[in-house]
Amino acid sequence: MSGKLFKNFSFFSATISLILLIAIFTTLYYYASDAINTFGFWDFITGTQWEAGEDDEGGIFGGAIPIVGSLLTTAIAMIIALPLALGIAIFLTEIAHEKLIKPVSIAIELLAAIPSIIYGMWGLFYLAPLVQKYFGGAGIGLFSAGVVLAIMIIPFIASITKDAMNTTPNVLKESAYAMGATKFEVIKDVVIPYAKTGIIGSIILALGRALGETMAVAFLLGSVMKFPKNLFDTTTSIPVILANTFSEAEDLELSALFYLALILFALSFIIISLAKFYFLRNKEER
Amino acid sequence: MNMMEIKNFSFTYAKASKPSLKNINLPIKKNQITALIGPSGCGKSTLLRSLNRIHDLYPGNKYEGEILLYNPQTNEYENILELKKENEFINLRQRVGMIFQKPTPFPMSIFDNVAYGLRLNGIKNKSELETRVEEALKGAALWNEVKDRLKASAMGLSGGQQQRLCIARAVALKPEILLFDEPTSALDPISTGAIEQLVAELKKDVTIAIVTHNMQQASRLSDYTAFMYMGELIEYNKTEKIFLNPDEKLTEDYITGRFG
Repeated sequence: MSGKLFKNFSFFSATISLILLIAIFTTLYYYASDAINTFGFWDFITGTQWEAGEDDEGGIFGGAIPIVGSLLTTAIAMIIALPLALGIAIFLTEIAHEKLIKPVSIAIELLAAIPSIIYGMWGLFYLAPLVQKYFGGAGIGLFSAGVVLAIMIIPFIASITKDAMNTTPNVLKESAYAMGATKFEVIKDVVIPYAKTGIIGSIILALGRALGETMAVAFLLGSVMKFPKNLFDTTTSIPVILANTFSEAEDLELSALFYLALILFALSFIIISLAKFYFLRNKEER
Repeated sequence: MNMMEIKNFSFTYAKASKPSLKNINLPIKKNQITALIGPSGCGKSTLLRSLNRIHDLYPGNKYEGEILLYNPQTNEYENILELKKENEFINLRQRVGMIFQKPTPFPMSIFDNVAYGLRLNGIKNKSELETRVEEALKGAALWNEVKDRLKASAMGLSGGQQQRLCIARAVALKPEILLFDEPTSALDPISTGAIEQLVAELKKDVTIAIVTHNMQQASRLSDYTAFMYMGELIEYNKTEKIFLNPDEKLTEDYITGRFG
């Protein structure tokens, strides 16, 4: 009796997540259908206007600016985070003294535990003035948002990469050393190729995280509906425009926001699926 | 002639209170195969791993005594325990190659695996690389099996082929000495036979030291045998003498299978 109950309960728990996923997708699609029917796919993602009609009737909505803003902040974050995170992982697996490994690893993982709004506040009150002082502009903008996003995703990439590098068999490294390789050559030729799938997986996971990040970016990107003119200019991103506009939007604008959310959902979904694909392949190879 | 002379050598692992090797004296004769035998934990692998100082990858180990390596260029012996700089270790490891228990192909193509050490050595010329790789693969009796797929990943080879690839990789550097650390313990009998034949052929060009658990292998393959027990060298002599008429009771007990 209790066995059956338990079985049903766990089956229910397992299915509910799948049902939720489908339900969220359906809801998004349902509310976005107005905008989808009005603008189509191509016109929406290339449209740069975001103007409500008179009395909130109709209007023209295009998602190009927030989509580009999302992709740009993510790209900047990745460019900053990737070399640093790889450096951290290499340091922790191959270079650091035994006594240093644990505290540094814990510190890195703690970075991931800080709520994103705190990153946003730190960015706005500390980083933005600093950027303004050295690079001019408003301080907030693409670069500041990218830096804060980078700090947020470094722990992801670093800790997964570290674990992947740690799986390199000692005897494989020894045989490279036994041929006269230096530490740098062993890392470059043996450790990194061996951990490659893990590294790529971690990058994709971090991409998903960076794309969807709202609070930290909302503080720092400026949420202005225009393309950025340079690296330090303000713009907006999908999560930011959703967070800022949602409560006041009605009718077609609301539907257009749902459309944007749907696009973000699809982007993240594709990226996470890619990561899972890589991880699964990685496991099968072992 | 001795390629290596191990003199009053003791070795203590980091954090260990007692030495794992005690006062070892052993020659490694040129163009001969020297087998190191003994029960598990007797220190034979530890000794072998001292000869290219691969132990130094892990900090805190302690060496005492001397390990002299003959240098054909200067006609003199150098004590490899005195090496300190990274480039000295690199030089040593290119002169004293090593093959491990498990095949360890690098995650790259067959060609790149064999060319790896050559490239580290600064050889960039494509035709020279190709000649040396072919030469090494022929030397390791692998050429005919892989010549049509040199660009394929080395991970796709069988275990025995991978081990011969590792031998080719080491041979490509033209080392003076090759150290084999139980090279066939992870292989099936047929691959083992192929490796043994290969090792026997290699000795005309290179001096060989081999650690093995397999006493038939030691008796078939080696010219000299050293029997070790609990970190000490019990007996060293010509292989026939060790296996047919050992001086020490302990040696006889071990080779007749009374313990180990």
